[in-house]
Amino acid sequence: MTSDSLTRAFALLLKRDLLLAMRHRAEMINPLLFFVLVTSLFPLGIGAYPELLRAVGPGVIWVAALLAALLSLDGIFRSDFEDGTLEQLLLSSHPVSVLVLAKVLAHWLVTGLPLLLVAPLLGILLDLPVDAIRILMLTLLLGTPVLSLLGAVGVALTVGLRKGGKILSLLVLPLYVPLLIFAANAVDTAAAGLPVSAHLLFISALLVLALSLSPLATAAALRISLS
Amino acid sequence: MGQTTGKGYDYRFSPSIHRPLLNQTVSQNNLSLEATGLECIRDDRTLFSDLEFTLNPGEALILEGRNGSGKTSLLRILCGIRLPDAGSVRWCGTDITRLGPDYHEHTAYVGHRDGIKLDLTPLENLAVARALGTPGETSPTAALEQVELYGYEDVLTRNLSAGQQRRLALARLLVTDSLLWILDEPFTSLDRRGIALVESLLEQHTGKGGLLAVTSHHAINLDNPPVQTINLSA
Amino acid sequence: MFNNFFHKLASPKYFYHIAGRLLPWLAAGCAVLMLAGLYYGLIVAPPDYQQGDSYRIMFVHVPAAWMSLFIYVVMAGAGAIGLVWRIKLAEVIAISSATVGASFTFLALVTGSIWGKPMWGTWWVWDARLTSELVLLFLYLGIIALYSAIDDKRTAARATAILAIVGVVNIPIIHFSVEWWNTLHQGPTVAKFGAPSIDISMLIPLLLMAVAFKLYYVLVVLMRARCEVLDRERHTGWVKQLAEPQ
Repeated sequence: MTSDSLTRAFALLLKRDLLLAMRHRAEMINPLLFFVLVTSLFPLGIGAYPELLRAVGPGVIWVAALLAALLSLDGIFRSDFEDGTLEQLLLSSHPVSVLVLAKVLAHWLVTGLPLLLVAPLLGILLDLPVDAIRILMLTLLLGTPVLSLLGAVGVALTVGLRKGGKILSLLVLPLYVPLLIFAANAVDTAAAGLPVSAHLLFISALLVLALSLSPLATAAALRISLS
Repeated sequence: MGQTTGKGYDYRFSPSIHRPLLNQTVSQNNLSLEATGLECIRDDRTLFSDLEFTLNPGEALILEGRNGSGKTSLLRILCGIRLPDAGSVRWCGTDITRLGPDYHEHTAYVGHRDGIKLDLTPLENLAVARALGTPGETSPTAALEQVELYGYEDVLTRNLSAGQQRRLALARLLVTDSLLWILDEPFTSLDRRGIALVESLLEQHTGKGGLLAVTSHHAINLDNPPVQTINLSA
Repeated sequence: MFNNFFHKLASPKYFYHIAGRLLPWLAAGCAVLMLAGLYYGLIVAPPDYQQGDSYRIMFVHVPAAWMSLFIYVVMAGAGAIGLVWRIKLAEVIAISSATVGASFTFLALVTGSIWGKPMWGTWWVWDARLTSELVLLFLYLGIIALYSAIDDKRTAARATAILAIVGVVNIPIIHFSVEWWNTLHQGPTVAKFGAPSIDISMLIPLLLMAVAFKLYYVLVVLMRARCEVLDRERHTGWVKQLAEPQ
């Protein structure tokens, strides 16, 4: 197969998934609402003292983002598994890891990118300074693809199981720990007015690592789940 | 760049991928599907063992057997989705687990589930199927005509009947250029006219030198191609 | 050829008998080393000038933590071998290690917690090592959960191998992240679970316990693996022969 037809397959698969998401537009809003709701629960739970909120804000927003990502993960492969199109991906003449990348990209565009748009609102709710909000958006931009990429491995391992969604969090959340630590701390540090280039570089490194390795692991896991 | 992608980097973890096949041209001479010593164990039961056959161009393999006798598992082994518990399947002399996408280039599979998205139109579904496989000469529109779905190009697949959806699934075979067709119960949900239509497609395919492996509960009437029958309940 | 040698060594029947013969020796060696280690650690080694006698739990905590990491790496390695070369024995060893590894991790957490109580008054402290061990425990539990969720044992073994490999790549990253995180949120008391200057009288029992734990791991893994082999091969002739009354 030529690289030309591979590019076309990638583009068409991406377009297909985006089209499918658009035809169920109403569902796209669920992770967003969850994100906002969970973040809003914290002041209710711990009290609305401004200093307290400012101290816990970044961590709270990032944990909420993690949970929102987790909620939407199952959709990457579930419907494809049920109607038989997932098998067709494995039987394609193109490398499965590239096709997986197309699907994860579509998933991120639909579920991860919108979180970025809502983040400033949450920053305001938790009284974050403007610099911190800017860094928050940057960490979300770099970090949400990592959530989708790593999550895809977990979903691929559990897609064939009847109650796969139940153990998905157990499989995936430990892998999210480094990202959470660095991203939340980046926003915290930015709120204090200090430079965060080290944090951003580390998160970018995580992104590059995830981009290069997780499609391979996902492809292998899909083959195992569908055998 | 024109460099062939997809060779040797992500399929079956196996040390033998260190020397991937490079651009092996499929000549009509060595074209064949061979199975030797195939064994399949499911839930601690051996469904079949020591299964052998050779399929040459223009021939059809029909699998018969009761429900649960392993027909679907055998087809999935032939596709390469499932690994056999013993034995091997060879395409043109090489084990399919070593070929990876090179083998999938030449095969098309329609299983129990249709493999189409209900929220896309038939045209959109076929466009994707075409891009994922080896594009054939038949355009999606022409393929839809051949399976008598002319006029339904832009209707959401969800709104088609079960028989129409099945025909759409089989139309995938027409838009890709595949030598080997692997079909699991292709006649499900089809009426008599649909069955006759599909049988003529199968005849056409084997007539052009294609290979066919198919299971069915109904008796399949294929006049021309030499037919091998394997009964798994035996 | 090399491949043939591997396959003979990996024959479940061969393994079952060889492992059976090794068991008593391993058990004896493990018992001796553990008694020696405990004797040297609890009685011979002097009390620490800072922590008094309560530091002695280190002789269980530190080797347990080492084992938890070691076993995970072995599990990932065996899983990878099982995946690439499809050797059944490798799959068996991988899954037999999972529970043992989880137990060592749990032991490390509990002993770490016990160590912390007399020092800081709380049962749990978010020290770098304890937090890393906690995440490691979740990784182990994930593997065990995934294995039990899949019905077919061979598919389950392959899936957990992938998960273990993904985990093993992430462990250094997690460890580094948690260490870094810990340096930021340092409380007034520094949690120093490793004695900074380790005297030879403390080093010897530590190493004795480390080796004893390793023997214990091998012992338990072989025992579990033998059971797993019997389970997987229960339809073959040699297993049926074993089951028949003499």
